Amino acid sequence: MNSDTPSTVPQDTPPRLRLREITKRFPGCLANDAVSLDLAPGEIHALLGENGAGKSTLVKILYGVQGADSGTIEWEGQKVDIPSPSAARALGIGMVFQHFSLFETLSVADNVALAMQRGTGRDPALLAEIEKLSADYGLALDPTRSVHELSVGERQRVEIVRCLMQNPSLIVMDEPTSVLTPSEVEKLFTVLRRLRDEGRTILYISHKLQEIRDLCDRATILRGGKVVASCDPRQETPNSLAALMIGRAFDGPKAGKPVQVGEGVPLLSVQGLSMEADSPFGTSLKNISFTVRAGEVFGIAGVAGNGQNTLLAALSGERTAPRDDWVKFEGHSIGRVGARGRRDMGISFVPEERLGHGSVPDLPLEDNALLSGWGRWGLIRHGLISRGKSRKKTEDVIEAFNVVSTGTGAAARSLSGGNLQKFIIGREIMQDPKLLIAAQPTWGVDAGSAAAIQSALIDLARAGAGVVVVSQDLDELFTIADRVAVIFDGTLSESRPTHATSAEDVGLLMGGLFEATP
Amino acid sequence: MIALERRPNSSRLWLYATPVLAVFLTVLSGAVLFSLLGFNAIEALTAYFISPLRDSYGLGELTIKATPLAIIAIGLAIGFRANVWNIGAEGQLTLGAITGGGLALLFYGAEGPWLPPLMLIGGMVGGAAWAAIPAFLRTRFNANEILVSLMLTYVAGLLLSYLVTGPWKDPMGFGFPRTRMFGDEALLPTLFAGSRMHIGFPIALVTVAAAWFLIARSFIGFQIKVVGLTPPAAGYAGFSNAWIIWATLLTSGALAGLAGAIEVAGPIGQLTPSISPGYGFTAIIVAFLGRLHPLGILFAALLMALSYIGGESAQIELGLPLAVTGVFQGMLLFFLLASDVLVHYRIKLRPAREGV
Repeated sequence: MNSDTPSTVPQDTPPRLRLREITKRFPGCLANDAVSLDLAPGEIHALLGENGAGKSTLVKILYGVQGADSGTIEWEGQKVDIPSPSAARALGIGMVFQHFSLFETLSVADNVALAMQRGTGRDPALLAEIEKLSADYGLALDPTRSVHELSVGERQRVEIVRCLMQNPSLIVMDEPTSVLTPSEVEKLFTVLRRLRDEGRTILYISHKLQEIRDLCDRATILRGGKVVASCDPRQETPNSLAALMIGRAFDGPKAGKPVQVGEGVPLLSVQGLSMEADSPFGTSLKNISFTVRAGEVFGIAGVAGNGQNTLLAALSGERTAPRDDWVKFEGHSIGRVGARGRRDMGISFVPEERLGHGSVPDLPLEDNALLSGWGRWGLIRHGLISRGKSRKKTEDVIEAFNVVSTGTGAAARSLSGGNLQKFIIGREIMQDPKLLIAAQPTWGVDAGSAAAIQSALIDLARAGAGVVVVSQDLDELFTIADRVAVIFDGTLSESRPTHATSAEDVGLLMGGLFEATP
Repeated sequence: MIALERRPNSSRLWLYATPVLAVFLTVLSGAVLFSLLGFNAIEALTAYFISPLRDSYGLGELTIKATPLAIIAIGLAIGFRANVWNIGAEGQLTLGAITGGGLALLFYGAEGPWLPPLMLIGGMVGGAAWAAIPAFLRTRFNANEILVSLMLTYVAGLLLSYLVTGPWKDPMGFGFPRTRMFGDEALLPTLFAGSRMHIGFPIALVTVAAAWFLIARSFIGFQIKVVGLTPPAAGYAGFSNAWIIWATLLTSGALAGLAGAIEVAGPIGQLTPSISPGYGFTAIIVAFLGRLHPLGILFAALLMALSYIGGESAQIELGLPLAVTGVFQGMLLFFLLASDVLVHYRIKLRPAREGV
């Protein structure tokens, strides 16, 4: 097949990448079922699909992380085999992973050096290049910092910069904008359009349908491992795209909810909270004050790394505040009460990191139900675990929140991101909390699951509980929050009712503009 | 093409089958090794693995060696599950021997059937107290418990030497560094005539059962597991890390101390400068060989005990070098670690990819 040009190419030039009948089977599921896909030079091509639709598998195959069971890959008209990511990179394929593929103990520059196979991250030329590239694209990064110190958002920036450093002709981006502010997204889009105009191809995976319509030239939609449609997203509406994706009419989170601002009993009140970060690169909190009332969803927006992690630890009780009266719940000072005590009072918590913080990856779901539910569900008797009861509770959560899994014995890590998140949210909500604090509840979650999670959070608030959502996704906050405040460099802005402000205004605050006008 | 494919869930079957496979491969390689050395493989393996178990005396010796290994390894495994690395079981064993044996000397001439239980409890208290030092330093100053517990082993050894050469020396002992023999009623009763097997072995079995129950059913066992696997999730659940460190170190210290008291009240019957042939360290291997599972530890302890005794018997019967013991222990560990891959991965044979 070396010199033959395939006869079925629609354009004059061969497609940059052509996947033919790619099939990949995992134990118990057919992840890709004869998937074919053509990517032309100079296009931004969207790959759409719910979690579990097979997008990640397909992308891993074309990046050489996994081999296909059958099917062929053609690159610039040549049949190729991509046995490893370095082979993919040698061809000119760059990848920005959804689940970060960074070495946590190494520095940003070391990670770039490793991927590019050039020396170490102490090379001054490399450092300069990284700084220049990140400055060009507005992706602020300190190349000497260790990755484990970085927030999710900063890690994503590392992934993007690392990919761009290799000057690829095909760039695969798995939800690159989920942690960026609107202005940063605009900047990124400018960059992506520039890359496209340079003749590069971008395979763009996102659940943000509006984004895909703004950015992409073509879209391929996967469902259940198969290509179900191919379209021009600019000719579609977000709802029609979503319907193609989930295979039925799409009902987003309920809109038109009653706005409750200033009503309801104050539930959580934080007054003048200041707290040192627990790592040298974390952000310390400076004099944070806000009140959350029963029945409302309180949103905290902000770009990753602005103190969210410290604030979340202080709210969950994983770190206690220096003074007891800086945090009050139902009028009682709880600043020095630990995580266990706060949970007993009815404060539930959904951490940002769902695998490894909100759940133990290697333990089955029923043990993960026990993790936070043991107290409020009464699963412990005389120091022993009531196995039957915890299994029942797990089944209830799986049933009520449509968690796709192989049952209560499935290890947490065997679930897809969206399903694990539904399980964790369900586990917390079904403990009847008075206050639920959720960090990035729909980050990296498919549209169907995200809508279900957002609806559940709204329902919880309407049933009289307080809900705090810390998120970088402004669309999400404007969909579900009644009030929104912005965290920047460890300080929190005044909150504003979401109906009386706009994403643009909040976006400016996320850039730190509120310090001038407190 | 042979490929390894990650299992969605780790395999329970292989978790328990791999140690058996490892033993089988060890025996097989042993046979090859003996043949290459010019011995009759069958005869050598018989001398190594079967001869020691032929009579009740041999079986008794097996349990005597397996008892301290099992008891200590159980305690260590509970800590290891929580990522608490008590490497100083040898020192805690020594302290248990000192406190347990000290009670025998204290009540010398006034013994009664109450004395052995008291000695065992005394041993546990001594071992736990010794383990409390690394626990305190770790929780208070974040001092690494591996180093602290290991260094305390040598302190304990010197303390024992001082006692048996100084204040506790046998006045009728011709100056030998040892205490007087304990009174008869300070010794653990043996179970059968013709064997030195004593009540320590049933105690080890009870320890195994209790540890299994703790790990599988109790909430403390669950907390230990979560702290060990995913510390941030433990913080999220509100489990106290300091509490787990204290609980696991005190438990493993107490069990090592119990093993020490059993040794001096059982086969030894007095205090000497060297009461343990490194049981506290060998127990670390036993814990991992047994997959940190109580039942696995019991089998691993018996197997380790057999490798000691078998080495001696092969040396006596066939003149095989004693180093064979080390070779067998090494191979066993090697094969176990190598076959571990089957727990998380499955081997898949598949045709080479098309289009290559």
